[in-house]
Amino acid sequence: METYKLTVNGQAKEVTVDPGTPLLWALREDLKMTGTKYGCGISACGACTVHLGGIATRSCVVPVSLVGDRPIVTIEGIGQDPVGRAVQNAWVLEDVVQCGYCQSGQIMSAVALLKRTPRPTDTNIEESMGGNICRCGTYVRIREAIKSAAQQLT
Amino acid sequence: MVHRSTAMLRRFFILILVGCAAWSAASPGALGQDTATKEVPVQGSREAGLAAWERVYSVLTHPRCINCHTATNYPQQGDDRHRHLFNVVRGPEDKGVPALNCATCHQGANADSTGVPGAPNWRLAPLSMKWQSPDDRILSSAQVCRSLTNRAKNGSGILDHHEKESLVLWAFQPGRRRDGSARSLPPLTHDELVAATRVWVEAGTPCPQNH
Repeated sequence: METYKLTVNGQAKEVTVDPGTPLLWALREDLKMTGTKYGCGISACGACTVHLGGIATRSCVVPVSLVGDRPIVTIEGIGQDPVGRAVQNAWVLEDVVQCGYCQSGQIMSAVALLKRTPRPTDTNIEESMGGNICRCGTYVRIREAIKSAAQQLT
Repeated sequence: MVHRSTAMLRRFFILILVGCAAWSAASPGALGQDTATKEVPVQGSREAGLAAWERVYSVLTHPRCINCHTATNYPQQGDDRHRHLFNVVRGPEDKGVPALNCATCHQGANADSTGVPGAPNWRLAPLSMKWQSPDDRILSSAQVCRSLTNRAKNGSGILDHHEKESLVLWAFQPGRRRDGSARSLPPLTHDELVAATRVWVEAGTPCPQNH
């Protein structure tokens, strides 16, 4: 077991875990931040997406030992960011969510997309969100919400 | 009568065999000497360079290397070189797209506990360095050679790349898969690759003529 200092949503945190422990489990089990979801455990579905050093990252496959001093932003903290807030508002306005399990990951990916591509095309959205799976099939509403958030931000 | 002619025939063949052996040993271009010449080409010669190139090519076309030297808008995975899962695409800078960058999963080092390979600046090779056709077939030795020499005219760039580039170094320490098994390694060691590249460069980066 090793102790790691993490910066999560701007706050200093500490976890004592095995170095190979995925960041997802440090967040959920040790820090009790359960907004980030476990989906597949092999980075295939995107439910566990957080921002690590500003990059949308699959927390289920990133060992805590490789996080370093990069800041972590989770779904609990994304609303503090103007783009994050706009995306969350758009999600409500477009009534995107059905069961909701994948949606924290969807929102984290959508924010990452809009931060780099403020006016995304359909292709941009399909490519960037293509790794986030939704078993309820909310893809059409996700696309509309991303466009809506982009409009709010410009 | 039959016995006598058989004995004569046997004597005739023995004479021919002895004659052939004597001629072979005395001839300056004897078989053994030719083979030795072919096995050890003169250092710096075109032959030495081409032989070294073939060793380099054997590494470049190994899945650990060629999986990221595609001609398409996606990388490949595994020893069977299948299309990268999760809808990963090349993106404008060969590093994926926002929300689905290479760094979305690949960190600065191998993550053996989760089976995700990693090294600094994980990315695809640019399309100018594709070593496959658009239908994922590996290009010939001559084609890959030309691709390299067109880009690194005097070869010093490629030697540096093979010696120091973090992704090249990764190929020789590719870590473990999710099931704990080790990823397969290229056919040469890293030292052997660098040595073969050096011989090829010093010979003037010759390329095979055929396609």
